[in-house]
Amino acid sequence: MSGESVVFWITGIFAVVGALGMIVSRKAVHSALWVAFAMVNLAILYFTLEAPFLATTQIVVYTGAVMMLFLFVLMIVGVDSSDSLLETLKGQRLLAILFGLAFGALLISAITSTISVRNNGLEVANGDYGGNIQGLAHLIFGRYLLAFEVTSALLITAALGAMVLAHRERWTPRKTHIEMSKERTFSNQVTPLPNPGVLARHNAVDTPALLPDGSPSQASLPVQFRETAQDSDNSKEVTS
Amino acid sequence: MNPNNYLILAAILFTIGAFGVVIRRNAIIVFMSVEMMLNAANLAFASAAHTTGSLDGQVIAFFVMVVAAAEVVVGLAIIVTIFRTRRSASIDEANLLKY
Amino acid sequence: MTAALIGLPLFGATVLLLGGRRTNAWGHLFAVAMSASAFFVGVATFVSMLGRSSEDRAVHQHLFDWIAVGSFHVPFDLQVDQLSIAFVLLITGVGTLIHIYSIGYMSHDENRRKFFAYLNLFVAAMLLLVLANNYFLLYVGWEGVGLASYLLISFWQHKPSAAVAGKKAFVVNRVGDVGLSLAVMLMFVTFGTVTFDGVAKEASKGDSTSLKLIGFALLLAACGKSAQFPLQSWLLDAMEGPTPVSALIHAATMVTAGVYLIVRAHAIFDLSETARTAVVVIGAITLLLGAFIGTAKDDIKKGLAGSTMSQIGYMILAAGLGPVGYVFAIFHLLTHGMFKAGLFLGAGSVMHGVNDDVNMRHYGALRTAMKITYVTFGLGFLAIIGIPPFAGFWSKDEIIHAAFGQNIFIGLATLIGAGVTAFYMTRMMAMTFFGEARWEKGVHPHESPLVMTAPMMILAVGSVFGGMALKFLGNIDSWLEPVVGHANPANDVSNTILIPVTLAVVLAGAGYAWVTYGQRPVPVVAPAEVSLLTRAARNDAYGDAINEAVFMRPGLHLTRALVWFDSKGIDGFIAGLAGFIAALSARGRKIQNGYTRSYALTMLGGAALIAFVLFLVRL
Repeated sequence: MSGESVVFWITGIFAVVGALGMIVSRKAVHSALWVAFAMVNLAILYFTLEAPFLATTQIVVYTGAVMMLFLFVLMIVGVDSSDSLLETLKGQRLLAILFGLAFGALLISAITSTISVRNNGLEVANGDYGGNIQGLAHLIFGRYLLAFEVTSALLITAALGAMVLAHRERWTPRKTHIEMSKERTFSNQVTPLPNPGVLARHNAVDTPALLPDGSPSQASLPVQFRETAQDSDNSKEVTS
Repeated sequence: MNPNNYLILAAILFTIGAFGVVIRRNAIIVFMSVEMMLNAANLAFASAAHTTGSLDGQVIAFFVMVVAAAEVVVGLAIIVTIFRTRRSASIDEANLLKY
Repeated sequence: MTAALIGLPLFGATVLLLGGRRTNAWGHLFAVAMSASAFFVGVATFVSMLGRSSEDRAVHQHLFDWIAVGSFHVPFDLQVDQLSIAFVLLITGVGTLIHIYSIGYMSHDENRRKFFAYLNLFVAAMLLLVLANNYFLLYVGWEGVGLASYLLISFWQHKPSAAVAGKKAFVVNRVGDVGLSLAVMLMFVTFGTVTFDGVAKEASKGDSTSLKLIGFALLLAACGKSAQFPLQSWLLDAMEGPTPVSALIHAATMVTAGVYLIVRAHAIFDLSETARTAVVVIGAITLLLGAFIGTAKDDIKKGLAGSTMSQIGYMILAAGLGPVGYVFAIFHLLTHGMFKAGLFLGAGSVMHGVNDDVNMRHYGALRTAMKITYVTFGLGFLAIIGIPPFAGFWSKDEIIHAAFGQNIFIGLATLIGAGVTAFYMTRMMAMTFFGEARWEKGVHPHESPLVMTAPMMILAVGSVFGGMALKFLGNIDSWLEPVVGHANPANDVSNTILIPVTLAVVLAGAGYAWVTYGQRPVPVVAPAEVSLLTRAARNDAYGDAINEAVFMRPGLHLTRALVWFDSKGIDGFIAGLAGFIAALSARGRKIQNGYTRSYALTMLGGAALIAFVLFLVRL
């Protein structure tokens, strides 16, 4: 068994495990981590396929940027929220398994029965311009230049689109300092709120301060960690 | 090594991704499943490049990554927007566009 | 010249109808003038025809090409031949007299102008009917007189009975008109032309089935227009119209259009024995049926209407005898036009004198109160029952003679008809002018004004001398021969035997009626206990009941069944189909449940399916 085979079988199985872990995890964060795991394994497979540039990009773009973006969003949406895996649509899961298995089986049988090409390897292609990256660069800035330029437009459009989508219009005028101080003065709590962890056993940010009578003070916690964190007012604070 | 093994692995990953799209309700996980499918396609491209001995497959895989990145940005923005109005990331709850 | 014949009354009708109330004051005189000038044009045409030899007498006038579609050419042409001119003179002559009579008869009617407009319209349409040189144009006149008849029957439309009668006449006439339109279509299909000359020329080339069918269709048309069995039922109800209308349209002219049609289409009937036989049978049935109805009617106008049916039955029968009878059909038509118009006008005059009462049981002994009417009516009476030398004798005797020449049973039918005619006419005479006075309270019979009696007198002259004039002075046989042909009966029964026999039958009928109604008192209220036959005759021989049972009720049920089939069957099928589609769609749209995952699942299934298909075809 060649080294390539060893690497393939280990990373291939890991990739499949990562993919399966993604779909069976109840918590979205776990799913994200499984995906990252699968992607790292895929990156290793790219190395064995003589694609070092792709492997690097995979790690940097996917596991680095994309998956971190996912995690950011997960934090916004609520890192704690876990899905119920109970199926609500009638027959959805059964049909999904049926179709999925049929699709996969057909795909695999098609691949095994019809494609049997000799493995050429990329030594020649990589060697033409002195390496994989140089070869890719030659292609990207040569034959695929137009596509490359178009992807730049696509990226800018996507960035703009994301900003537009995420932007929220301000409907009320911003409060002035005077207004805020007046509000503070006439509210029930003129003094600053207590810090978390005061007089408690830990001083972690999610540990409520104990009031003089020994009861925990929810007001001392950041809004995210208050027991009422899931209600709408707090969530609004989170997203803004 | 038989190049078909890479393709079979890609097919398995793609199927798992498609399966995830269909059965998961959390929009973010559905999105991850889509990414998984894209990665499976990328693997097939890279494998094809290796088989044919030409770098074009790798270039395509590179472009797929770029497009995937753009797509993730917009898609996640949409998820966030939906979450803001509906207080939920479940795609089953966004079912108003129907009969 | 010929166009002026039609144009004058048409102009009159147009002026009166469009002029509205402004023409109220002089409208009736204008209409009379138009009708009379048409008569003078007719006389002038007639005189100019006399001056030519018999072959050159027919005059054609091409007005314009009416229809030219492919091989179908219909010219708007008029023709005046010996047959047409006889009708023209009858229509305009009797028509003018009745116009004049109407001045008096309708003097108190606020719609008199409209009445005269319709009368002029009728005269124009009837002239178009007899002057057309093709069947298609004839059809226009045919429908025109139908329209005028409808308008005039229901002239007093405030009476529901009149409105219904007009409608009935219209509907029954439609049945006949279907026959005429079928005949025209068949002619075009068979001969490729619809002109009289063209059809006559091509007739011998037609196969016997086509000729038979055309003959039957023409007979159906004639039955509708001439109130022949089985389409006779409208004529008795048509008496709801004003009496001059009954005299002009439903006695003298329009109802004889069927006879004209059959004689005009003699080329067809000459070649089809079957069609001729059918015509004879219809004529014989109607002649007996009409006479039978006439015997029991107490309404003077309905009695005369039954008589009209019967007399037209004679004409139709004569026309069905073929070349032997065409001339006599027309001969009888002309004499009948004169004496029957006179009788109707007399009836109108009687009604005028007794406050529009039509029940003869309320008359009696009117001969002293209405001397002129009595005399003119009496002369018409003598003419119709066929006493020599009055008009009816000459024509009816010829028909009976020809009928015996054809077939003994047909001859007997005409003979019996003559006897029954004598019976009911004598009964009418006796009940109206003789016996004791049975007048209603407050009725003071009085003679009608001169404007009404003058036309009656002229027509009475026609009743007396018309037959002789046409036979000896006008030589009607040879006059009409170039148009319709003439032949002598195959097996001649001598007139020397027939005339005395006929006269004996007539006198027997008249005598029986005189004994029954002239000598004994007539009950004022019609006796209820009567024989079945009398009851049948009073009810128009159950014509309406039969129509109702045979056509109306099955038609009603058929219509209902069709409506049911339409609403439940066809609509049900359509609605069911639509409902099925709707239900399917209602189910189908549930697929669009809004769940993205369902859509994704469908895509996955589709992808699996495509993969499967690709795998199957090994691509």
